[in-house]
Parts: sequence; structure tokens; C-alpha cells
Amino acid sequence: MKYPDFNQTVPIDHVGVEERVSRLNKRSIKKESKIQALKMALSMIDLTTLEGKDSPGKVMQLCQKAKHPHPSIPDLPTVAAVCVYPSMVRIAKKALKGTDIHVASVATAFPSGQAPLSMRLEDVRFAVAEGADEVDMVISRGAFLEGDYHRVFDEIAAVKEACDEAHLKVILETGELHTYENVRKASDIAMHAGADFIKTSTGKMSPAATQPVTLVMLEAIRDFHYATGKMIGMKPAGGIRTAKQAIQYLVIVKETLGAAWLTNKYFRFGASSLTNDLLMQIVKQETGNYQSLDYFSAD
Amino acid sequence: MSNTTETKNAPYKPTSPNSKLDFESVWEYAPAPQSSDFVDIKEQYDLYIGGKFVKPSKGRYFKSTNPATEEVITEFAEATQKDVDKAVKTARKAFEGEWSQISAKERGKYMYRIARLLQERAREFAVLESMDGGKPIRESRDIDIPLVAAYFFYYAGWADKLEYAFPGKKPKPLGVCGQIIPWNFPLLMLSWKIAPALACGNTVVLKPAETTSLTALKFAELVKDAGVPDGVVNIITGAGQTGAELVNHKDVNKIAFTGSTSVGKIIQKSLAGTDKKYTLELGGKGALIIFEDAPIDQAVEGIINAIYFNQGHVCCAGSRLLVQEGVADKVINKLKDRLETLIVGDPLDKNTDIGAINSKEQFETINKYLELGVDEGADVYQSKCKVPENGYFIRPTLFTNVSQSNRVVQEEIFGPVLTVQTFRTADEAIEKANNTPYGLASGIWTDKGSKIFQMGSGMRSGVVWANTFNKFDPTSPFGGYKESGVGREGGLHGLAAYTKI
Repeated sequence: MKYPDFNQTVPIDHVGVEERVSRLNKRSIKKESKIQALKMALSMIDLTTLEGKDSPGKVMQLCQKAKHPHPSIPDLPTVAAVCVYPSMVRIAKKALKGTDIHVASVATAFPSGQAPLSMRLEDVRFAVAEGADEVDMVISRGAFLEGDYHRVFDEIAAVKEACDEAHLKVILETGELHTYENVRKASDIAMHAGADFIKTSTGKMSPAATQPVTLVMLEAIRDFHYATGKMIGMKPAGGIRTAKQAIQYLVIVKETLGAAWLTNKYFRFGASSLTNDLLMQIVKQETGNYQSLDYFSAD
Repeated sequence: MSNTTETKNAPYKPTSPNSKLDFESVWEYAPAPQSSDFVDIKEQYDLYIGGKFVKPSKGRYFKSTNPATEEVITEFAEATQKDVDKAVKTARKAFEGEWSQISAKERGKYMYRIARLLQERAREFAVLESMDGGKPIRESRDIDIPLVAAYFFYYAGWADKLEYAFPGKKPKPLGVCGQIIPWNFPLLMLSWKIAPALACGNTVVLKPAETTSLTALKFAELVKDAGVPDGVVNIITGAGQTGAELVNHKDVNKIAFTGSTSVGKIIQKSLAGTDKKYTLELGGKGALIIFEDAPIDQAVEGIINAIYFNQGHVCCAGSRLLVQEGVADKVINKLKDRLETLIVGDPLDKNTDIGAINSKEQFETINKYLELGVDEGADVYQSKCKVPENGYFIRPTLFTNVSQSNRVVQEEIFGPVLTVQTFRTADEAIEKANNTPYGLASGIWTDKGSKIFQMGSGMRSGVVWANTFNKFDPTSPFGGYKESGVGREGGLHGLAAYTKI
């Protein structure tokens, strides 16, 4: 594969990106297409808990929610994965045994990535050994902003190797990269270095995922696909709380990359509270009424 | 330069394979129609003269159809010589009477009132504009109607400040203005004409296009509701003959026309030797110039806005793409993929990107050009989208393998049809962009600011957009070089065109 010169910048016009997103937001999704979108979004969720106070009990509750999002509605899809810290991978793996739900683990000294590479790699190997199907790593934003793109590239490649069979999601933490051009460059570096997915944010800072940033990353994925034929996945994470936002993201994916990406193999939402809003909307579509949040499990 | 001129006009053929992206979606958008139950369309509309709807003197009416369904929606009165004369006399009487006695500040108030009344009924006007003209509701709702209000608000503000607009002058109104507008932006073009005319104290006789007169007659209701004195605004409907009567009427002080260059030339001839002032806003064949260093994805979006906005029925449309050779394949392939996501269909559906072609006549004209392009040897590409069985619809179209000498490159098609050529140097791009009798609008995409200014000063084009396209603002003058027109509308320039200074 031919590697681009990462010192060259792919120009991005921020006015144009934001206008495109606002035009896509004008799509009106009603009736059957709305129900289909809500279920599709549910199936794309990486149900996430990443807190210092996480305990085995909390993780098990989350796994139960992942398996049975809302038992009173038949034929609901399950979420795509449960996303936890490495120390909780074994517990989640056990709780999800016998299902298709993946266990994703953040690693590489998440969320800052401020640890020596050897320790970050050890973090990855531990998570994989515990049974993680997917690893969500963070890039070295400091190195990136210094212009040390090769270091960023080499570290991602090293993590990819440490992942072995596990899928690698590369978190760019776009809120710290500041410009769309940087987002584009970090996306290109990650994809060339071996990412299976590129992901916007850790969810630990604001701004987290935004739609314009997501569009820029999807366009990077599209160019990578045009050049190599490979399909890279996309995961916006953080700040996506409502069904309406989720549907807007799906519209952006559909009209940027087409049908092939509209599956949880290539698109995920990193979210937790989104789940119940999707469920509420699905119930509303099926019964015609909104139900109280008391009817939706809070896990 | 000399060594590049030999092959400069060699047609370009894209070499890359078609995209691998698949937009035959697993997830289709369900229809999302804008309700039209609340709009009231009468079976027949009369002429609006002297604050009243009056029957045409010969009693003749003509039908208006919804181009998306081919169903007749209403009938408009045909104004003949006698009616035109009556309208002009009424406007003259109002100009010399009540209107001239009203203070400038009060004139402004009437205009503010019109703008606010329009905002209150914005959705109704948007629906009517889409039903009568075929444009997608997304555009009539988000672009046309808000801009109409913006133009009235903007010019209302000038009404009592004309001496500040033209310092040291005592601006006086011209008198009776005859105004003829096209069918592509019916109400917006009305606002470009009526707002500056009223701000300066003129009275008007306006003739909307025969296929899209509905919103102008609804606008007459707003004028009435705003309490504008009778005879200040008169709306007469009819076809070309009615327009000719208005242009040739002896007591009209100014003619403002927006429409085709061929009709513009006839008007200019008939005005020669009279003391009537005139502004003409005519056709175009705008160039979109994309450099290698452009933000490509946003440039592709710019192309979409430039040529597929309003079905391509835009005088300032960017209908000729000039792309630098190094990125030509990339741009064309991306453009083809983008075309697949455009939704063609019911203008009242909120998801429609490209609505109906305005009339059967225009539908046939565009189809004639599509055949002509193929006959001339161009490669044609159309998106695979579904189109409704009834109504006048045309898929978004690209012609590649064309050069300056192709008629589809030279002539204004006024439809969703883009021609694609390549260039190697900035000079070559300017030469090709300027090599047309038109000069209305063009666009440049590059990441380099200095290149924008260098290119802009070389282009003979009334508007040059940089890294964007089809952006309108009441403060900005608009008009053409060469055969694209005479005079400017919008901004202070547009105000000056309605005053004696």
C-alpha cells in the first residue's frame, strides 16, 4: 500500500462541511423509515460505562440491558457491544456468554494516553487476554499536535499488532485536535496504520462527537475506500443522547458512504443514555403514546 | 504557455472506473409530504389594478398547471392593451396623487408591514410556490420566501434614508415602473423589483411569468392587507404580448426585466430612442473552476448547489464545470456518487432535492439539449434515481467529453445539466470561463486566498463566488457583464436604479 505524506494537509472548508450537515439534517424521516432507523440505531450502540466507580455489579446490570433492552417489545435487536475498562472485560465477557454481543475495552491508558508506550501496549494485551473482542485505543494527541505524525502512526501500528485478532478502534479525541483538517489528517494516519474503526472521542471531554466532525471522518473513510477498496468503520462517541440525533447521524452515513455502512459491522454509536430514548421512540411509534421513563430500565 | 495551447481544447474523458459505493439503500426514506390542505387557491384570478381585482377587458383567461402532476390548478386573466393602459394610468394617478404626499418614513412602514405579513404566511406562500412552479418545498420554504422577506426588510430601511444612500444628492423617484419577472423564482424576483421601487417612492405595474403568477396575485392580498394606497402596486398577468404592451406603453418611466437574453434584446431594441430607463437581468452560462488545491468534497457540494439548485432553472447557475486535470477523475467520480443521492420527485415532499421542470415547454427544451449533447458526441451520465411517471422531471445530468465548441457548452440550457471540461493553468481557466457571450456568475474553489483574488479580477462575471455558490443577500448587488444584462439589482446599486440622482 502507498502511504500518503502526512505532512501534506488535505484542505477542508469548514463552512462547506457545516452547510452540508445542516442540509442533511433537513431530511424528514417518518413512519416506517423512522421505525427502521430507530431499530438500526439500537443495534449499533456500544453500551458504555467508563467510570472510576464501575463495579462488577454495575457492569453485569449493563450487560443484562444489552441483552434485553426492553423485554416488553418482541423482535428488538440487541446492542452491538458493551464497552468497559480492561479490568471489567472478564466480567462482561462472562455475562454476555452465548450472545453475539461483543465486549469492547478501552485501553492504552485511556482517556489521556499519557503513559509509556510499553505500558499502553501491556494494557491492550491484558484486555485482549481477558477476552475483549474490540479494543478502543487513544492516539497521542500531544505528539500529533507537535507534528510528530510518524510517532502517532507507529504507535497505532504497534497497538494493532498487540490486538492480535481483536478489532481496533482508534479514538482521535477530535475535541483536542481543533480543526477539521487535523481531524482529517488523524483519520488518514489511523486508517493507514491499521485501524478497523475510527472513533471521534473518549467521551471524557467536551466537545465530544459532532456531526460535522463525523462527516469529515466519513469522507476520509470514503477516500480511503476509493483508494484501497477497504471498508473502515466509524464510531461517533459522546454527546449523542436523543433518537433524533441518532437518526441524523444515520442519514449522514447513508448519503456519504451508502448502504454497505448501515450495519453495526461498520457503524457504532458510543453512548449510554441514547438507548432509552431510542426505546421510548420505538414504543411511541408502535403504540402511538409516549410512556414514562419509569417504564424503561435505568441500567 | 505556448506549448500548452495546442491541446488546450482537446476533450477530456474520465479514465477511472465507476465508484464502488452502493446507494441502492437498505433504508429508504418514507414519503414526507408537506400538507397543502390549508392553502386556498381560487378557480380563477383577475388582474390587480387600483387596489381591486378586476376582470380582463377581453374576458380571456389562461390555465396554469402544476408541473409535478400536469393538473390544472387555476386560471389567470390575460391582460390586453386596454388593461395594460388602465394599470399604467392607475399607477400614474397614484404616483402623482396620494403616494407622493406620503412621507418617506411612512413608505418604509408599509414595506415593513408587507415583510411581516409575508413572514406570518410564509408556509402558505412556500407551498403555493412549489405547487405552481415545481420547486422543492425545501427550497421555497428555506430559501425563496425568507429571502423575499429579507429584501423587503432591507429596502424598507432605505426608504427614509435615501439622502444618506446618495450623499449630496436629492434622490427623486422615477415615476411608473413596468416590471416583468421570470418563472424560476417568482416571488423572489417580485421582491427584487417591487421593494427598491417602493422604497424610492415609485409606483409599479408588475407582470409575473404566465406559468407562475399565483404567488404574485397572493402577494397582492398582502399589499391590500398592509394598507398600501390603491394603485401603488398593480399586478397584471399574461404572456409575452402583455409584457410587450407594458414595455411599449408611452407613460412608463422605467422597465425592469428579468428573463432570457433573446427577449432582453427585443426589449432593448424597443426601448432605443425612448427616455425610459431600464435594467435587464438576463441569461448566463457560469463557470465553476475547481483547482487541485481545493477542498474537494466541499467543492463537489458546491457543484451540486450551483447546477442542481431549483432544477437548474437559475440564471446565475454554474453550468460549466472547469476542473484542473490532476483532480478531474476524482471530482467526476465523486460527483457521480453524489448524484445518486439526489432525490428527484414530488416538490411538496420535504426530502425532495430536485422538483419538477417548470413547464412542458421547458421540459422539451431541456430534452432537446440532452439529445443534442449526445448527437455532438458527448458522454452523458444521469443518476439512476426513480422519477415519477407523471409530471415533468429530468434526472440530474453530466456531460463529459465536451469542449468549448459544443453547443451544450455554449448555450444556456436552464435545466439540471452540467458540462465538464478540464484545464491545466489558471490563465487557461480564465480564458475558458470568459469565452462565452454571457457573464453573470461564476465560482472558484481553491484553498489559496490570493488565487481567489487573482482569478476574480480576471473573470468577466457580475458575481464571483469563492468556495461557495448561489448565496444571495439583499445588501449585495447582482447583475451581469456582456449579454447577461444591464444594470444591477440589490444593495445600494439596486436602489440607485429606481431614483433620479
